[in-house]
Formats: sequence, structure tokens, C-alpha cells
Amino acid sequence: MKSWPLWEVFIRSKNGLSHKHAGSLHAADAQMAIENARDVYCRRNEGVSIWVVESANITASDPAESDPFFEPAKDKVYRHPTFYDLPDEIKHM
Amino acid sequence: MKERDLLEQFQANIDAEIKIEPKDWMPDEYRKTLVRQIAQHAHSEVVGMLPEGNWITRAPSLRRKLALIAKVQDEAGHGLYLYSAAETLGVDRDDLIEELHEGKAKYSSIFNYPTTSWADMGAIGWLVDGAAIMNQVMLTRTSYGPYARAMVRICKEESFHQRQGFEILLTLSRGSEEQRQMCQDSINRWWWPSLMMFGPSDAESQHTEQSMQWKVKRKTNDELRQEFVDACVMQVKVLGMTLPDPDLKWNEARGHYDFGVINWDEFWQVVKGNGPCNKQRLKDRVKAWEDGAWVREAALAYAEKRQKRSMQSAATKVA
Repeated sequence: MKSWPLWEVFIRSKNGLSHKHAGSLHAADAQMAIENARDVYCRRNEGVSIWVVESANITASDPAESDPFFEPAKDKVYRHPTFYDLPDEIKHM
Repeated sequence: MKERDLLEQFQANIDAEIKIEPKDWMPDEYRKTLVRQIAQHAHSEVVGMLPEGNWITRAPSLRRKLALIAKVQDEAGHGLYLYSAAETLGVDRDDLIEELHEGKAKYSSIFNYPTTSWADMGAIGWLVDGAAIMNQVMLTRTSYGPYARAMVRICKEESFHQRQGFEILLTLSRGSEEQRQMCQDSINRWWWPSLMMFGPSDAESQHTEQSMQWKVKRKTNDELRQEFVDACVMQVKVLGMTLPDPDLKWNEARGHYDFGVINWDEFWQVVKGNGPCNKQRLKDRVKAWEDGAWVREAALAYAEKRQKRSMQSAATKVA
């Protein structure tokens, strides 16, 4: 199985929801990965749609760099609705 | 950052219930202990298919056969979720399986006992899966993200396993004299080994302190074992059966049931490889792997063929 690549599996449980990461599996090609993903992750009707991606094709941000990488967002309070003061008679805004 | 600062930050995250995810920095020992524990758990699921697989062809009705096949299939799935989780720590599934086959990796000792009657399907579902559920519910809160998430999925599926087992025993307990005796005999053989599933007593467990500090474990072996005993004492009454422990007694002061001493000699013997079925289980696993080689090779050959032909496939592109 060393020659079978690793695939990440994403499942959409129902229309309206996005595909969510469910886990991984080894398969010889994409079609086999889809079929195996159905057998492993959808035995109880948990999915209407499956995406498989070779794990090697996923790029992830580096957790060691998380702090500086996400830092700009930390002090931009003006992006949040609560930063803005409106009189009480304005409802639903 | 220096190793010491990283370790402090790591422990601070653990203490604050922030999960550790795959590429986060972690102490080598944390990684090693998790690989060992998750792999052991995965191996247990797959080896665990064998004692129950033994009775699929002899299930007494179609309903029982369907349920048992579904349960055994679930165990395979659980093994797969766990191998996936282990791989996030930088190990290869094939290496883990090789360690199992070479006898270097362990699996839960409970699966080294034989299934000698149909009633054992009931006892295993009720007691063995019951004990596993207790442990796995606790592990849904383990500090390593992928392991915790695999546990959530496993727990959802495991509850049918326990209900299926209990229902088998209930049916037997309401049957003929022969069926009632088969039920009681099965409980008598599986009770103590199920208690042993929780591992050595806290005093004898080397790993527990570190595991608790790193929140790999959230409850100790003895705590879980006590919870299990308390639950089973109530449940066995519904079956009209008894648990084979003359020392079982409600302790008002503790608010729990006192129970007898576990045969720790038996426990260590089975762990070391001298249980009734250790050799057979390993032999069956190695055979399954070797006999399945042609399937793995054929899948690769077929994939290559398919790619060459560029056949119309059922898969669609999203962008």
C-alpha cells in the first residue's frame, strides 16, 4: 500500500452545507478513493457528495508562523459591528 | 523559540483546552506516546473483527447475521479512522501494520480470548464494546485533535454495537433453559477479561501520570473501570443473570460497587502473548495481509489501465 497515495476526504452531508473534512484513506486512484470514501465514511447515509484530494496537493499554513501570519486581523476592531454606536431606536441594523 | 519555551507554550495550550493539531510543535515523547496508543487502538479494531467474524456463518437468523456483519464492518472502519489519525503524526500505515505482524505492536488483550458460543456475540457487544465505549467517550476529549475527532465518529457507531449485544443476551435470557445457561456461561467467561480491558490498576500504570498531564487520558484506568462495574451491575439485573464475582457489593460510603480482585497474573500473561488465541490471531492477520497482496497489486494495475484508456468516469470536476 506504500504505492497507493494518501487522499483527504471531504463529505457534504446535505445540500446547503459545505464539504467537511472527514479523514483520509489510501487508494490507487481518484475513482477508487471516491468509492472507498463512500464505504468508509458514508455507511449511515452521512453524505450526498464526496470530494477527494491527494494529500500531497493540499497546502497548509505553517502553525509555527501562525502568530505573525494572522496578526493583522487581531487589532482591526472596526471590522466588527459592535464597534459602531447607533441610537436604540434603530433596530435590526 | 527555545525547546523550553515551546514546551511551556505546549503545556499552556493543553491546560487551556486548546487542541494540538498535526503540524503544531509537540514534545517527541507526546508524539511517540500518541503513535503507540493510536496504532494500538487501530490494531485492536482490526484484530477485533476476528472473534466475531467467527460466528457470521452461524448466526441464528438473517437479522442477527445482518447486524453482526454490519458491526464487523464498522470495526474495520474504526481501524481505518484510527490509522488515518496515526498518519497525521508522520508515520506510515504500512509500517504500523508491519509492527503488528512482527509482534512488536500490541493490541487490546481482550481479543485473545476465543468465542465458543453464539452467546459470546451478545457478551462481546454488551461487555467488550461497553468497556470500549466508556474509554472512547472519555477520549473524545483527548488533547490531540485528529484522535479526538476520530473518537467522536467511533462513539456514534459504537452504541449500536452495545445495544445489539445486549439484545442478543436479552433474547437468550428469555428463551429455553439451554439458552439461559448459554447466556450465563458466556457472561461468566467474558466478565473478568472485560474488566482487564481498562489496563493495570493506577498504582501499577507507568504511563498514566504523564498521559493525564498531557490530557491524552482524561480519566484513570481505575476510574473508568469503576464506572463500568457500576453500570453493568444494573444492566445484568435486567437480564436476570449474575456477574461471576461473589465480592460485588454496594458500598454506601463510596457510592460505588466494591468488586473482587482481578487476576493480574492472567492479565500480564495474555499481554505478553500467552493468551488462548494470541498466536492464532496474529497468524490470521498475517494470512489476510499476504492473501490480499494480489488485490492491492490488481488495484494499482487497474488504476494504470484506467488512466491509459481515459475512460468516462463517474467523478466530476468542481472547477
